[in-house]
Amino acid sequence: MAARIGVVTFPGSNCELDAVEAIRGLGGLADLVWHGATTLGQVDAVVLPGGFAHGDYLRPGAIARFSPVMDAVRAHAADGGPVVGICNGFQVLTEAGLLPGALQKNRGLKFLCATTRIRVETTSCALTAEATVGDVLRIPINHFEGSYTCDAATLAALRADDRVVVRYVDNPNGSVDDIAGVCNEGRNVVGLMPHPERACHPLVGSTDGAVLLRSLLVSAGAAVARAVSSNG
Amino acid sequence: MLFSVLVETRLRPGIADPQGATIERSLPHLGFDGIRGVRVGKAIRFELEAPDESSAQAHADEVCQRFLINPVIEAAEVTLTVVEVV
Repeated sequence: MAARIGVVTFPGSNCELDAVEAIRGLGGLADLVWHGATTLGQVDAVVLPGGFAHGDYLRPGAIARFSPVMDAVRAHAADGGPVVGICNGFQVLTEAGLLPGALQKNRGLKFLCATTRIRVETTSCALTAEATVGDVLRIPINHFEGSYTCDAATLAALRADDRVVVRYVDNPNGSVDDIAGVCNEGRNVVGLMPHPERACHPLVGSTDGAVLLRSLLVSAGAAVARAVSSNG
Repeated sequence: MLFSVLVETRLRPGIADPQGATIERSLPHLGFDGIRGVRVGKAIRFELEAPDESSAQAHADEVCQRFLINPVIEAAEVTLTVVEVV
């Protein structure tokens, strides 16, 4: 049974269809879930896509974290279900307190739209299980507020627990410790600024994002198997 | 009672402020010397109904902590002014 991924659409999201397309291209099922929904339906994993949820007013993610669907996302995450936030979705997850730290304006105050190289630092999380530590992936970024920041104690904990998921090879935005993505303590909630869904077809210049989304499908499939065995 | 509330948000000490740094770097080029420590924040104003000043302060502080600032990177100062006593 193919894993089913719910892709949340906030007012102002703009990468939700890219995510759906990429997931379907990899053999997964994908449903759009409106931010006003109070349940996620029968999904095995959740993607919070890129864009400008609620116009990014006040701060990116500050209003989206109060969208009705976020209670269901929080419950799904608490049950161990995979949740991945891409770009704006990462910002939403930090604002919601599902991931530590915050995303700040880029060093140099430039909106960055470029292909970056990121290195896989752990394969023990919902987004990298199918990758190999040390893999360098070419994946685009597209953000103004992507500079990851956190206090020293949080950074020490992230490093000690192997929760830095991907790092930039050439840090483009001033992120602390070159961090491009992190996961939570349960390793089922992952956020990253680069866009794997935009690197899943040779026509767009890179297929390196596929290994990450394939990992998500595998993690989601494992969640399906767990649910089936605990119900049966 | 009706209060006018001013919330001034600023980045916590030690958090990089690229806007402040850019402004500070520009100042000497414009002939403004002797300025340092530029930090950029936000000001948010609203009116608030509350029975008394301490409950107004508590309400404004909660709004601030839960929504108006991200405590990971920001701090805020809340100033209340009485507009109307009913």
